[in-house]
Amino acid sequence: MSASELSEVADLPDPAVPQPGVERQVEGRSPWQLAWIRLRRDRVAVVCAAFILLLVLVAILADPLANWIGYNATDQDQVNGITADGLPVGPDAHHLLGTDNLGRDILVRIIFGTRVSLVVGVSAAVAAVLIGVIVGLCAGYLGPVVDSVLARLMDVVLSFPFLLFAIALVTVVGPSELIEILVIAFFSWAAVGRIVRGQTLAIREREYIEAARSLGAGNLRIMVIDVLPNLMAPVIVYVTLLIPVSIVFEATLSYLGVGIIPPTPSWGNMISDAQNFYQVAWWYLVFPGAALVLTTLAFNLLGDSVRDALDPRTERLFAK
Amino acid sequence: MIRFVIRRILTGAIVVWLISLVVFAIFFIAPPNVAFLLLGRFAASDQQLVATVTAQLGLDQPIVVQYWHFLTRLVHGDLGYSYYSHQPVTTLIGQALPVTASLAIGAAIIWVVSGVLIGVLSATRPRSFLDRLSTLFALIGLSFPTFVLGLLLLYLLFYKLHLAGVDFFPGGGYVPLTQDPWQWFVHLILPWITLAVASMAVYVRLTRGQMLEVLGEDYIRTARSKGLSERRVIFRHGLRAALVPIVTQFGIDVATLLGGAIVTEQVFGLNGLGKMSVTAVTNQDEPVIIAVVLLASVFVVVANIVVDVLYAVLDPRVRLS
Repeated sequence: MSASELSEVADLPDPAVPQPGVERQVEGRSPWQLAWIRLRRDRVAVVCAAFILLLVLVAILADPLANWIGYNATDQDQVNGITADGLPVGPDAHHLLGTDNLGRDILVRIIFGTRVSLVVGVSAAVAAVLIGVIVGLCAGYLGPVVDSVLARLMDVVLSFPFLLFAIALVTVVGPSELIEILVIAFFSWAAVGRIVRGQTLAIREREYIEAARSLGAGNLRIMVIDVLPNLMAPVIVYVTLLIPVSIVFEATLSYLGVGIIPPTPSWGNMISDAQNFYQVAWWYLVFPGAALVLTTLAFNLLGDSVRDALDPRTERLFAK
Repeated sequence: MIRFVIRRILTGAIVVWLISLVVFAIFFIAPPNVAFLLLGRFAASDQQLVATVTAQLGLDQPIVVQYWHFLTRLVHGDLGYSYYSHQPVTTLIGQALPVTASLAIGAAIIWVVSGVLIGVLSATRPRSFLDRLSTLFALIGLSFPTFVLGLLLLYLLFYKLHLAGVDFFPGGGYVPLTQDPWQWFVHLILPWITLAVASMAVYVRLTRGQMLEVLGEDYIRTARSKGLSERRVIFRHGLRAALVPIVTQFGIDVATLLGGAIVTEQVFGLNGLGKMSVTAVTNQDEPVIIAVVLLASVFVVVANIVVDVLYAVLDPRVRLS
């Protein structure tokens, strides 16, 4: 899913061309201001942004929230949290979203899982885009020799059977949050790099780059001052679209048992545990699953709106 | 054309070789203590035994020697023996491959055919009810992680139907095609859907966008004015041009397909390559892991060569060089 979304972003027109309509404004507004105005008017974007903000707050305030609810992520409630047969208890007054097979409160575990998902998802996406932009910029700007080496490298990374590889790597190195971030970033940067390279190749031939060079600007200066700002719009779009992909990647690793290791809760390992109990405890499967799906949905819709706001000419992924 | 294919096969072989190096390197950086794992409680008391087992497995030799042994055996089609079951890795793969192949090929057919068809239908009727429905479907498909969708399908279509007295969908497992074709089909319906939906959503959107663009081209107008039937215009003239980016996408998706197969096999308890590799990884069964990773990368590389050749077939403007 990531690759296709990224390839759609690749259709963004050359950012160096001024947007039609911009000059016609009586009041001078930068393209960024215009994008911001468009984004604020987009109701879907506002709702999704509000939901994501809520998630961030929940992640930050996880500890006070757990105190207020009265259970910790690993507290096993033997009195109200488990039936006489040792089975999970459904949603009731004691446990709003029910309990799992060890009598732990599912709501509290989802809250702590939010923290894992956001930390891993956002850091991995940002890291992947950083690496991708740097490598793509170098490949596109520094000439054919560097390009052929880096382009080949990206091809190799893209042809890795990545999930299999990620599993093998995590088992050898030992699972942890940091390893998870690194693994996800390692397998995501190449898609970004390939697109940034393509855009850089086009920008590189423009007159203002030639002008900068004739004024004596060095490669690094041109890459950072002249090329990079023109890549900002697609870069922002990649970040928003890579976050949900990374969150799902994290959940998948945890589901397969090579991500966040229990008893630390993550949505992926909760769903993995729930797999053995879905016939007797639907809430155990449905609530963590819903948290994951809603979060992915919110980020996907927001990313789509951001892309639309930055460049209204591209086709929306989810046309209204 | 033939020169191009040969060159691609050579570079592909280099990629596979690089990947084999990386897998080996990973296990060299943090070598798993296989002898300890194998011997269990005997290991603590008997150092001599640990050394013997390590030597038997050839793990006491330098990594370069180990890699050389691996390569020479590989050339003879021998992938070594599993540390645990002591069966040849080729036998294990032979057992698991039909499961994964059934799953992956079936799912790929479902998602490509239905994704492209729904995409074409939406593009020819933009903003219609069908178009909106397909948009909604794409949105849901893209946001459901594979394992969540799979478990949900199991809960609703296996368990809930089972409670209602309908036992159509089995709760997992695999029946070989040669043993009972109908049971094979029934057991694979839910896994196929699970694996296909996310990619199908992508193809619907991609096809729709491409078709909308292509249908605005001059040659489509020419084809229509020539008096061709609408169906011919759309499928022969329109879809052919729109297929090029879809084929590219398919090349990219082969790697994703293998990842999805691992997860789907885990959800439905199918004993395919994915489940085998997850088990191998938890057991640190190195020969099995390396073999599966190698096989998977060969598969991805071959698929990408096929995609490159398909380009030229679909779009005469593409020159292979």
